Amino acid sequence: MELWFGLITGIAFGVLLQRAEVIRFDRQIGALLLKDMTIVKFMLTTILVGMVGVYLLVDLGLAKLSLKPLILGGNVLGGLIFGIGWALLGYCPGTAAAALGEGRVDALAGMAGMLVGAAVFAEAYPALKASVLIWGDYGKVTLPGLLGVWHWPVIVAFVAGGVLLLRFVERKGL
Amino acid sequence: MEVKSPSKAWNPYLAGALAGLLLVLSVYATGKYFGASTTYVRAAGFVESAVDAERVSTMAYFIKEAPKIDWQFLFVAGIGLGALGAAVLSNTFRIQLVPDRFAARFGQARGLRIGLAFLGGAAAMFGARLADGCPSGHGLSGSLQLAASGFVSLMGFFAGGLVMARLVYGRRGGK
Repeated sequence: MELWFGLITGIAFGVLLQRAEVIRFDRQIGALLLKDMTIVKFMLTTILVGMVGVYLLVDLGLAKLSLKPLILGGNVLGGLIFGIGWALLGYCPGTAAAALGEGRVDALAGMAGMLVGAAVFAEAYPALKASVLIWGDYGKVTLPGLLGVWHWPVIVAFVAGGVLLLRFVERKGL
Repeated sequence: MEVKSPSKAWNPYLAGALAGLLLVLSVYATGKYFGASTTYVRAAGFVESAVDAERVSTMAYFIKEAPKIDWQFLFVAGIGLGALGAAVLSNTFRIQLVPDRFAARFGQARGLRIGLAFLGGAAAMFGARLADGCPSGHGLSGSLQLAASGFVSLMGFFAGGLVMARLVYGRRGGK
């Protein structure tokens, strides 16, 4: 049953990604060149809606958070390496599958590369686990947790900041 | 070369908001947050198992993320299927190897496009596994939960990407 949910959720997400054109190489690289903010509009709106919805569910006891630990070594280094690869490929792991779906066959080369990247990582994992992945390990922390405040003021601040940022983007005509 | 497709595209705010609702619904129904990159680990595990199953069964990372079909695996497959269906129905399906912005910078360089896509994919996945997530797992799911790891990783994604995109596609960005 859970597997079916995965498939159906994926299909719905794939439709949204495709119809909003956020899976296009030109849009992803456009965002990284600060010329086309389509994916930023999409991502930020998803984040803000999801933030409010998920925290409502959590506060009502209907869902649980699923946090990944903050490990500065891994998050910062891995994040930067991902970004470098992302700029070369022009798709991320999720959007590559969607790009292939709409006929962008270059995504196939990217996905093959991703399999190799995953395999290389698996080889390097024991060494990384004893080094980079213990640098700056703060555990599963949230921003409100670090600040020692209730989560709703932080959420309100994010929504307000997000709306302002998007208004700025629209004014600039990006 | 700027592609301003006479907008058949959906409004990104509307689609983004629907994606947010979809995620909330998914969390409510199954407790599953969006993510994609672990699936490539499992897929790599499948491929390697076909060659040497015994070795894979002893590797720490494949023990942690065992080669199996799980929720996320089908989620990623679904993304591809959903995009295919939407592209066909909206008449936007198009076989293309060299994207427009790429062609504007390098011309119809097929080999170069394949090479850079492969190299980029390998680096991106290595980075995503080191960071323990990609723009779905960290960028969307992490930051909407206000996870510190999500924000730090997301900043890393864009920092690396902004610099590299500028270096490769130039200031004028293929325009």
